[in-house]
Amino acid sequence: MNKILLIIQREYLSRVKKKSFLLTTFLVPLLFIGMYAIIFYVALNNQEPTTIVQVIDDSGFIINELKDTEHLIFTKATGSTEMIKKSLEKGEKNTVLLLIPSDVESSQRVDLYDTEKKGIGTINDIEGQLNDIVKSKALKDAGIDTKILNSIKPAISVKSKELTVEGERDSSIGAAVGVSFGLSILIYLSLFLYGSQVMRGIIEEKSNRIVEVIISSVKPFQLMMGKIIGIGLVGVTQFVLWIVLSVGLLGIASTVMMDKSISTEITETKHANDTKEEYKSANTSPINGLIKNIKTVDYPYIIGSFLVYFIGGYLLYSALFAMVGSAVDSETETQQFMLPIIMPLLFTYMLSFSVLINNPHGTLAFWLSMVPFTSPIGMLVRIPFGVPTWQLVLSIILLIIGFVGTTYIAARVYRVGILMYGKKASYKELFKWFKYKG
Amino acid sequence: MLEINNIVKQYAQHRALDDISLSIKRGTIFGLLGPNGAGKTSLIRIITQITGPDSGTIFFNGEHLNPQHIEKIGYLPEERGLYKKMQIGDQMLYLAQLKGLSKEEAKRRIKHWFEKMEMQTWWNKKVEDLSKGMQQKVQFVATVLHQPELLILDEPFSGFDPVNADLIKNEILELHNNGTTIIFSTHRMESVEELCDNIALINKSKKILDGSLSEIKNSYRENKFKIIYHSQEDSIPTNDALFIVEYTKRTDHSTTLFIKILEDKTINEILSYLLEKVEIRHVEEIIPSIHDIFVKEVTDIPLN
Repeated sequence: MNKILLIIQREYLSRVKKKSFLLTTFLVPLLFIGMYAIIFYVALNNQEPTTIVQVIDDSGFIINELKDTEHLIFTKATGSTEMIKKSLEKGEKNTVLLLIPSDVESSQRVDLYDTEKKGIGTINDIEGQLNDIVKSKALKDAGIDTKILNSIKPAISVKSKELTVEGERDSSIGAAVGVSFGLSILIYLSLFLYGSQVMRGIIEEKSNRIVEVIISSVKPFQLMMGKIIGIGLVGVTQFVLWIVLSVGLLGIASTVMMDKSISTEITETKHANDTKEEYKSANTSPINGLIKNIKTVDYPYIIGSFLVYFIGGYLLYSALFAMVGSAVDSETETQQFMLPIIMPLLFTYMLSFSVLINNPHGTLAFWLSMVPFTSPIGMLVRIPFGVPTWQLVLSIILLIIGFVGTTYIAARVYRVGILMYGKKASYKELFKWFKYKG
Repeated sequence: MLEINNIVKQYAQHRALDDISLSIKRGTIFGLLGPNGAGKTSLIRIITQITGPDSGTIFFNGEHLNPQHIEKIGYLPEERGLYKKMQIGDQMLYLAQLKGLSKEEAKRRIKHWFEKMEMQTWWNKKVEDLSKGMQQKVQFVATVLHQPELLILDEPFSGFDPVNADLIKNEILELHNNGTTIIFSTHRMESVEELCDNIALINKSKKILDGSLSEIKNSYRENKFKIIYHSQEDSIPTNDALFIVEYTKRTDHSTTLFIKILEDKTINEILSYLLEKVEIRHVEEIIPSIHDIFVKEVTDIPLN
């Protein structure tokens, strides 16, 4: 036991001390937060300059209905179309020419002349206003009172409540699904990342021949498990640091951002009073809602299950990776064995976006979350939709049986494989090694 | 010290060890010889408990070989290596601790050995910065650090220049003088003649020779002698009743005869016959070298 600790210690420290470990551990959350901050910054500060819209209205009824907004000032064009076009070409900044034909109601199209490409916001604004004007005219022509129509404004939003033992609680499946999707991608990537580190470590020991020195001191099983556990702890350390750093930084960032976005919301609301009512809902910050939503996710539960499935899945897959590593002489020979290892995870990973998310309690979803080879991803995707406790417990027990089983098989192949040099391993050969006794 | 009884190791198609029995006495240097693929490494791996035998028993100091003995055995494999990116000092500490030494004790002994082998400045170096010979030195030290009672050396001199080979040889002899039992596996027969007390020869999974070096060599004597004499005459004195001349070599001043004495005769009878005819300068019995014995046994073609 003491020796296995020594091996774990070496495997762990030699990796944690590496510069690349520190770099990824601290850079990834920073990158994450940085991206988050940039999105906020862009969303909040991308103020378009005010644009003067010169309008030539051949239909006659629209120009008086156009209302100035924060970024748009509508004026009646003076002079002929050609003259204005020329002055635009000469480089008059922030001025555009809106040409409304007389048959706008039937043709459904207007022309906007500009020297540069306009942002989608400007065009949307103009389009929205024009549509409203044309629509209310059409309503008026049909004898419908727009005032009455405007007063009828249903605004039903579905607020989902989850019934739990503790009573009702707000359930925000969207954010929870997002988070656990993120985590299942993380599991998918990290199982390969750390699994292949185990494999590479074993190939290294085998190819530089130190393995024979070591296993004259410890049992091959101890060496294999020491390596698997040591590298697994590196993974757990990295995740814990990521979570702590991200949560910490996110906490700081979101308080700052919240203050800022609330203040902009107020100015926007003020402004919205001047414009048509409809724009108000579109202009409130969606990011604000997202933050609120993210905060309602049951993090301890999801992160807890993430760690359980990461550790279980890692132990299972790294044993398989260890087996492959022991069977080959160099990394280039690993390919033939990699496919069957990758397949179940890749399969679940791809299904999780379609089948699992649409039918999280269906038969396929159930089995995918039970079979140890697929449950680390399958179950994690299902968890935000609420999984019965017995299924969770059964799945975890099966996962434990799964990794004990793969570890047993892998250890038997490993102890023979690490001493076989220059032999091209086949599945038949692996099976023979498995059967060797002693 | 080590009793190996009827060891059999069977791999899928071939039998690596077939009923091997050996007895290695405490404090001796035991040469384990055999051509490539004979089963030496398989036997060593069983002694070091890397693998187990299919049948047969091994006793270490009178006890059944068990994992507790691992700490009393030091093994320098032929295919040996170190962690390339790890510092030498840390690496030694790790390997020594795996052999059951405490960290402090390991540190103390590593320092001692580093001074002895003039490697003091190597502690913080990485293996990839060392030459192959330097790495071999490190490996040798790592093997003996825990003061094993039984030391198994597989081709310990490969990769060393003559100076370092001598250094290692002297360390081996010193360990031998301190009572360490050494199993020595090599293809370099001259070092076998120089170092070993006892040898065993394994060929095609079977033991074909076992015993003390001098006894084995004696048993391979073929009554052959080399005689150098001085004579004015060109003709070679022969006597078919006494000996057969196998080979002659003539220079200006002397003639060298390689002869094989007939079964019931002695060298004295031959000499008294020759004394009357020539002036004898030199008489020497030709004792086959381990090299010759090895080649003879392994190839099954008679010598000469």
